[in-house]
Amino acid sequence: MIKVLIVLVAIVFVAQVVRIFELSNLITKTKNEVSDRSNHINGVLLLLSGIGLLAFFFWQRAEWMDETLQVAASEHGPIIDNLWDTTMGLIIVVFLILTPMLFGIAFFYRGKEDKKASYITHNNKLEFFWTAIPAVVLMALISYGLVVWGKIVNQDISDAMVIEIYAKQFSWTARYAGDDNKLGRADVRFVGGKNELGVISQKTKENQISAIEKKIINLNLDLKSSENPAEKKLITKKIDKLEKQKKTLITYFITTPMDKLLSAEDDVVTKELHLPVGKKVLFKFRSQDVIHSAYLPHFRVQMNCVPGTTTQFAFTPTITTVDMKKELNDESFEYVMLCNKICGNAHYNMQMKVIVETEEEYNAWMETQNNTRISNL
Amino acid sequence: MSEHGHHKENFFSKYVFSLDHKMISKQFLITGMVMGVIAMVMSALFRIQLANPGESNSILSTFLGRWAEGGVMSPDIYLSLVTIHGTIMVFFVLTGGLSGTFANLLLPFQVGARDMASGFLNMLSYWFFFASCVVMIISLFVQSGPASAGWTIYPPLSAVPETISGSGLGMTLWLVSMTLFIVSSLLGGLNYIVTVLNLRTTGMSMTRLPLTVWALLVTAILGVLSFPVLLSAALLLIFDRSFGTSFYLSDILVQGEVLSHAGGNPILFQHLFWFLGHPEVYIVLLPALGLTSEIIATNSRKPIFGYRAMIGSILAIAFLSFIVWGHHMFITGMNPFLGSVFVFTTLLIAIPSAIKVFNYIATLWRGNLQFTPAMLFSIGLVSTFITGGLTGLILGDSALDINVHDTYFVVAHFHIVMGLSAIFGMLAGVYHWFPRMYGRLMNLKLGYIHFWGTFICAYGTFFPMHFLGMAGLPRRYYSNSAFPMFDNLVDINEIVSFFAIAGALIQVVFFFNFFYSIFRGTPSPQNPWKSNTLEWTAPVERIHGNWSGEIPAVHRWAYDYSKPGMDDDFVPQTVPLKKGEEEHH
Repeated sequence: MIKVLIVLVAIVFVAQVVRIFELSNLITKTKNEVSDRSNHINGVLLLLSGIGLLAFFFWQRAEWMDETLQVAASEHGPIIDNLWDTTMGLIIVVFLILTPMLFGIAFFYRGKEDKKASYITHNNKLEFFWTAIPAVVLMALISYGLVVWGKIVNQDISDAMVIEIYAKQFSWTARYAGDDNKLGRADVRFVGGKNELGVISQKTKENQISAIEKKIINLNLDLKSSENPAEKKLITKKIDKLEKQKKTLITYFITTPMDKLLSAEDDVVTKELHLPVGKKVLFKFRSQDVIHSAYLPHFRVQMNCVPGTTTQFAFTPTITTVDMKKELNDESFEYVMLCNKICGNAHYNMQMKVIVETEEEYNAWMETQNNTRISNL
Repeated sequence: MSEHGHHKENFFSKYVFSLDHKMISKQFLITGMVMGVIAMVMSALFRIQLANPGESNSILSTFLGRWAEGGVMSPDIYLSLVTIHGTIMVFFVLTGGLSGTFANLLLPFQVGARDMASGFLNMLSYWFFFASCVVMIISLFVQSGPASAGWTIYPPLSAVPETISGSGLGMTLWLVSMTLFIVSSLLGGLNYIVTVLNLRTTGMSMTRLPLTVWALLVTAILGVLSFPVLLSAALLLIFDRSFGTSFYLSDILVQGEVLSHAGGNPILFQHLFWFLGHPEVYIVLLPALGLTSEIIATNSRKPIFGYRAMIGSILAIAFLSFIVWGHHMFITGMNPFLGSVFVFTTLLIAIPSAIKVFNYIATLWRGNLQFTPAMLFSIGLVSTFITGGLTGLILGDSALDINVHDTYFVVAHFHIVMGLSAIFGMLAGVYHWFPRMYGRLMNLKLGYIHFWGTFICAYGTFFPMHFLGMAGLPRRYYSNSAFPMFDNLVDINEIVSFFAIAGALIQVVFFFNFFYSIFRGTPSPQNPWKSNTLEWTAPVERIHGNWSGEIPAVHRWAYDYSKPGMDDDFVPQTVPLKKGEEEHH
């Protein structure tokens, strides 16, 4: 009933608006076409909006500039920031030239009845000019950009500390390569129990296979005690599946080379990311379900985590968390890794704390992580 | 052909299954407008959420029902809203609505043809479009919710229903809808190309075509070459989803189960998607640029500056648009050298874009500018094209993209350069060609209110987003309250939401003006803007076959405005060259 009323009121409202609108048109008697007066008003408004746009731009910069762009805390960060400043500077200059030009010209040449426009069709010299200048500027910008890009992607990673970043809905896990600085092999089929990342090792194989065997034994007991043929069928199916899973695990295990199995032994799995300051790290990214993107804005690092493949990114953190807290004068500050590729309903809260600390602090922390070592699982 | 004029029509053949390009263009426009309203309301809803995350709001429960229990939007429906908002705006409004409306209306008129090359294919094109709209709207009402993997629907999120609720039936319907849409777009595109190439009237050489026709022609070519690739991407995704293939999937573990898919690669989808996706940006943008070229020249009472340079830059943009798709994928783990190549090609696009901007400004220079609403929207387009285009230099540079990829900086960039520019171009087109469609004029004052409101709100909405992005705020975040580092961005988000909602409300003025003027607007003279192009030589009554007698022959280019030695400040294309008169261009 109320809804019907609302609709009726809405119809009456629209009808009244139409009437008022028509009456006002009758009263003002303005013709429905562009006049010198409307050109003048809109010309002035265009001029004002050009000025307003610039004012808005400067106001935003003044208001928000220091709240944005996180302080760079990696070795390549300042290199990117220099390129950023150069490009941004260029953009702002062009914006500050073209915007007043556009709105100024629009205002200045606003139409008048007795005026006539100039008949100018083209000017090849001008065209050449404003093709060549952007071309030259862009070539410089492209070269600069590619040099910076090269510095980031072509780093010497031979002595970098290897850490795996593992993504799943909706959390991050890190795996440190241990003393040998080599990650063991891992596969989603090995994920189970405490082995969250599916690392393949003697220990994890045994754990998982014994877990499966236990399940099979229990199911066999169920099978014996069950009377219902439909239920029996279901249980047999389950057992077959587990047997198959066991075979898969063994296949993956025996096809993993010995050195890979050994290098897995000392891998350490953690929920917090600790990085020693000034040491180059090489992140290896994996995902177990959908595409995620590891985004560390302070370190100017971002790389997608793609199920089925491994991606990587190398960088060197330069400021410890403690120093950053002092610099920002913010006791609660923490570095953080975010997910920056839509990955599901809790995408907005997929994060991992990142702590940059001195080598000694890092080593001390690593000591405490012994229980998450693969060989201790 | 002349018997067309006397053809008797019933309601169905005139308004529903019409073969007439003018009626089909109106059908595209109205459908596009309806879809536009849906997508706009969606954006207003998620802006409410972003300004007041987690707070109860009865508007949300009114619109979203069980998706917003107690007035609080659920994260699932938030992702669905941004997904469907993007899909509708990009494909249904700015591709179907924009190209569909103006290619249909203007191509036959401006090249001097009685209708499209194939009226029947043209009708099919609309009805496929309509069907795809219906399927998309149905997908909003399914139990598991509409598609929610983002408008780019990257697998595995879009392929594995266990990963997100919108990846169930909603996603299937999305794919069905998109397949129908692609069919529509291909039927339309082929028709447009054939019409321009084959049906030009006597004297209408390629270098006498209005820039609108050039832009729409090149757009159609882009669409015909790139949409099939999206179709193949969608088909492979349907196979992965429904028939157990592994084109995009490998080594996936969800809910404790390892999926049987092995050997695929999700990045393959991204390559296929963006091979369409990047040209799609120009499929959206070029028609808008074409419409405004015409509108700016007409209302400046001045020839478009550098006609040939404008054609050249359209062709250059179109060519480059096919070899830049990788700039959407710098951080997918793609080979860094390949990344460098894409940086190079991407930044090159700035050159033809700059040429276009300079030519627009040079056209205004020393003109006698008539500020119709269409002209104002066109100037607005040039402004947003400058503002939004410039930040492309940052996003196209792989080293800088690392830091702002997938943040609000990207949202700001593409909404300004593609969203605003294209929608301004479309609105300019509606104001300018409304008399050609309905034989009446739209109200001028309401047009002014609409423009100024929209222009201010547009910048107020999207300019501050650059700052959100520089701070590192990722897009598609349901709420930014999970990270203390974003706490100080609340006031920016509130400003953005205020302008976004105000901007949506202002559109009511436009819709009122549009529908009111269809029935009660001031009757239009035959050539209300004193324009040169052929569509204004046809009678105001929109007759089948467009011209009652012979099709007019063309003797000059479309831009002889304020030519010295002429009586008026415009010379229609049908006027023969005077003795000794030179054809400048």
